[in-house]
Amino acid sequence: MITIFGIPGPLLFGQLLLGLINGAFYAMLSLGLAVIFGMLNIINFAHGALFMMGAFASWMLLNYVGIGYFPALILAPLLVGIFGIILEKTIISRLYKLDHLYGLLLTFGLALVIEGLFRNAYGSSGMPYRIPNILQGATNLGFMYMPNYRGWVVVAALVVCLATWAIIEKTSLGATLRAATENAPLVQAFGVDVPRLITLTYGGGVALAAFAGVLAAPIYSVNPNMGTNFINTVFAVVVIGGMGSIMGSIITGFGLGVVEGLTKVFYPQASATVVFVVMVIVLLVRPRGLFGKAA
Amino acid sequence: MFGFSRAQAIAFLAMVVLIAVCPFVLYPVFLMRVLCAALFACAFNLMIGYVGLLSFGHAAFFGMGSYVAAWTMKTWHVDASIAIIFGGLTGAALGLVLGYLAIRRSGIYFAMITLALAQMVYFFCLEAPFTGGEDGIQQVPRGHLFGFIDLSNDMTMYWVVAAVFIGGFLLVHRIIHSPFGQVLKGIRENEPRATSLGYRTDDYKLIAFVLSCMISGVAGGTKALVFGIATLTDVHYSTSGEVVLTTLLGGLGTVFGPAMGALVVTSMENYLAQFGAWVTVTQGAIFMICVLAFRRGIIGELGAFLKISL
Repeated sequence: MITIFGIPGPLLFGQLLLGLINGAFYAMLSLGLAVIFGMLNIINFAHGALFMMGAFASWMLLNYVGIGYFPALILAPLLVGIFGIILEKTIISRLYKLDHLYGLLLTFGLALVIEGLFRNAYGSSGMPYRIPNILQGATNLGFMYMPNYRGWVVVAALVVCLATWAIIEKTSLGATLRAATENAPLVQAFGVDVPRLITLTYGGGVALAAFAGVLAAPIYSVNPNMGTNFINTVFAVVVIGGMGSIMGSIITGFGLGVVEGLTKVFYPQASATVVFVVMVIVLLVRPRGLFGKAA
Repeated sequence: MFGFSRAQAIAFLAMVVLIAVCPFVLYPVFLMRVLCAALFACAFNLMIGYVGLLSFGHAAFFGMGSYVAAWTMKTWHVDASIAIIFGGLTGAALGLVLGYLAIRRSGIYFAMITLALAQMVYFFCLEAPFTGGEDGIQQVPRGHLFGFIDLSNDMTMYWVVAAVFIGGFLLVHRIIHSPFGQVLKGIRENEPRATSLGYRTDDYKLIAFVLSCMISGVAGGTKALVFGIATLTDVHYSTSGEVVLTTLLGGLGTVFGPAMGALVVTSMENYLAQFGAWVTVTQGAIFMICVLAFRRGIIGELGAFLKISL
């Protein structure tokens, strides 16, 4: 058996893969937060709750309507995205003229309401979601056995993250979006419907969170607290990366997942806190974040 | 001497009278919970109301104060006053470290950083041996105050808690109305201008943060003595959210808002406790209503209606 730094290879690679999976969720969630923050200037505290809604949407589609995993991967983000658009239109859009902190407080309240309602309806224990047949089993990669579903999560997350990056950085819609982030009144003067752009951005960011939720459903049990468990770490990820760059969010997310996985191998006691420790170091050395713009 | 306006002095007297009369009408243990929550909210209000920084991690200071007071009380059998002082010092020391890191950013980032740092404290408390993990520290004796006042009686304990609250309340008020407090308000309104006038704004923010954390620690320590228990709930981020809610509902930056908010929020929790997760839903709904329609809070709206500053 191969050993690396005295650690058996399969253990090391296994934790590395787990780290990559966590990193995939960090990347997708912090990406959504960054996109929303860029356009709306609010930190979406409800992001974790919407992630959880994505997982629940896929569970409900399967158990109430009989729609399987792959259609749910499209449908659940769509449904939750529409929910997000309604939220933006009816509630969040009232706050743009106020201090940023009110947006944070409102979405925090929103998260409490959503999670409380789900906890009332489904309890806190969580419900299993079966891995689809085609992704069951494991593949021998030579140096380790990789569960197929976990490999799929990493690939799917990477594709979605890069697609989001490409849309924002390489298309004309993305160019308009970036321009509106810099100077909304000017873009509006060119005849672009900026309020609609804002609404769609929020819907898009929310859909991204819901997509992550569907991917997460078979790995973690579907339960109302799954979002909050993630989101606190994601905020640390956002502070570390800074919200200035899309690619920066993706790299930071995956990178921190890997760091967390490695910590689990070499010093398990610190695995829950290592992301926060990294955040402390970044704050000391480079307060604006690794990819953040100067204030 | 505390910079009360006429209306505020009358309101303060009314509050003291209420604190004195209520235990004869209502259950003292419930009132002690309100007073601890009110002191915690006053400490939090010092940051959000007068420095303009929203800390989303105040549970760390409240909870660590609670743990340390409970631990010293149970292991060393010290005087109750020593345990509470230890709680306050713990809050201040932790506030100095975390505040030093957090004030490097402001606005939304400050909120996220304090949240993340508090989460780190939570994980520490989950693992550290002295906190008792999931069980917490239980059956903490109330002990004696100054060596001769037995606190096992609820009414005696109540007067001590009331004294701690009024002391903390006056301290916060004194801080706000000192020249130091004026500088804080200046920083809140226009930080670059305060800097250009020669104030080291970061130092001011840090001192205010440490003071706020110290009072939070005192509130946590007092709470641990009252209920004889310190648990993970005290350091959990939901406690941080609760103090934000309390202050927002009462009125950000008002003198009496935090106390009013604590009364309403604690009563609501008491009443809704039997309905499980509806507490969370109600809290969330109050957050949203406050932000959308009611940003000045109860006391702020009352003050605006009466055209006085409360």
